[in-house]
Amino acid sequence: MVKALKDIRINPRIKIEKINNISFAVACRHCKDPLCVKSCISGALSINEGVISINEDKCVSCYTCVMICPYGAVMPTEEGVVQKCELCTKNLSGKPACVMGCPNNAIVFEERG
Amino acid sequence: MKYVIIGNSAAAVGCVEGIRSIDKGGEIIIISKESQHTYSRPLISYYLEGKTDLEKIKYRPDSFYIDNKVEVMTGREADTIDIKKKIVRLSDAEQIGYDKLLIATGSSPFVPAIKGLEDVRNKFTFMSLNDALQLEKSINESSRVLIIGAGLIGLKCAEGVFKRVNSVTVVDMADRILPNVLDNESAKMVQCWLEKKGMQFRLNDSVAQFNENSALLDSGETVEFDIAVIAIGVRPNTKLFSDFNSSAKYGILTDEMQRTEVDDIYAAGDCTVSFDISTGKIRTLALLPNAYMQGECAGINMAGGNKPYRNAIPMNSTKLFGLPIITAGSYEGEAFIDCGEGFYKKLVSKDNLLKGFILIGNVERAGIYTSLIREQVPLDSIDYGLIKEKPQLMAFSKTERIKKLGGI
Repeated sequence: MVKALKDIRINPRIKIEKINNISFAVACRHCKDPLCVKSCISGALSINEGVISINEDKCVSCYTCVMICPYGAVMPTEEGVVQKCELCTKNLSGKPACVMGCPNNAIVFEERG
Repeated sequence: MKYVIIGNSAAAVGCVEGIRSIDKGGEIIIISKESQHTYSRPLISYYLEGKTDLEKIKYRPDSFYIDNKVEVMTGREADTIDIKKKIVRLSDAEQIGYDKLLIATGSSPFVPAIKGLEDVRNKFTFMSLNDALQLEKSINESSRVLIIGAGLIGLKCAEGVFKRVNSVTVVDMADRILPNVLDNESAKMVQCWLEKKGMQFRLNDSVAQFNENSALLDSGETVEFDIAVIAIGVRPNTKLFSDFNSSAKYGILTDEMQRTEVDDIYAAGDCTVSFDISTGKIRTLALLPNAYMQGECAGINMAGGNKPYRNAIPMNSTKLFGLPIITAGSYEGEAFIDCGEGFYKKLVSKDNLLKGFILIGNVERAGIYTSLIREQVPLDSIDYGLIKEKPQLMAFSKTERIKKLGGI
């Protein structure tokens, strides 16, 4: 695994903030009133059944979403376009992998607010 | 209920989506001067650059009008509004009645009177898809392009055509590029980056006189060109409204519900003026996110909802030849600057609030800064030291973090 990832830079869709003994994970909140979707100049970001997802094909990587997301949860990538947590709807895990993999059960997946 | 929207860009789309979030059945008519499906205006430079195409430039999917039950009248122009009869008259004399009307007529390029400009055959503005398509037809690999205006429109146009032409020279009377969004130091940095890519600048200078293929500058220099692009700025399209109301001097004035002074007429987008909370002043904010959010609020309120639009600020994000630039707010106040090879950061605070910032190079999580300005978060309620270091939620109190991240 480590060997396979050699020289590949991973741009995580989740941001870990850590100072001393405080640490927490920040990922897209899938806001009901999403500023990123409203601000997207190309129409690449949209909200579908509660999940805010990105159409990489339409994104021109202007980073307007990076400018507006109050959580800092939309990330620039090496390839140019942006990426964000899409609740693992585009990969094979089916459920958010960060939730499944967190050994301390500190990340939960549930509807709130 | 019958809603009529004049315009077919971001504010109009926001209005449709706002109306439909409340009223699923009311009749919506869009009157659009342009003939295309709604497209993203800021993407026209990306089109020239080859980063989008005529399909992908569409701001909403092909099914947008059908999905939202909108009757769209393209290639039609609203001529006058009869506010007593509540009728929009089109230039072809057709009349369309409304119960609620949105004016979302946008802005137009400002073209100053420059001596000899009428003799220039290949001159363009850069605002609409048609502008971009016409410019595209005229350029070739030997074209020398002269752009008047080093603002965002001028520089994005420059980037858009750069690889397809022989040379690009940008003239601006200001002493720096992007004079409305950058300070001297960051402007120098970006200019240096663009010059390395091969772009040429003539700053502190303007065109005194055009001849067919040359421009005589105030400095005495003559610049030869094949194509001229005028990108000095935009002016709000207020005429429809000014015909019966005198308040729209620099743009249509609305309240925070996007209502104009006239009953049942709302306005949104580039044709309006906004209250900029970073300066406390009323000004034009010709920005796509602002247009969408104003339009959406207008739509919700037109349909009987109650949504004020309160936290408008100037904010821009772009990349120039791969260099990311994000700026927001105003730069009057106490500055904190951090810079180095390939990056620049300026945070400006005043009265215990973050008022503005400039980020170049590293723009990751800039939205945390933007939200501090838009939400007017008192700086003594957060750890401003951590915020200066980088945008991070760690700077907020534990209670605030739980609220933000825990949804409780």
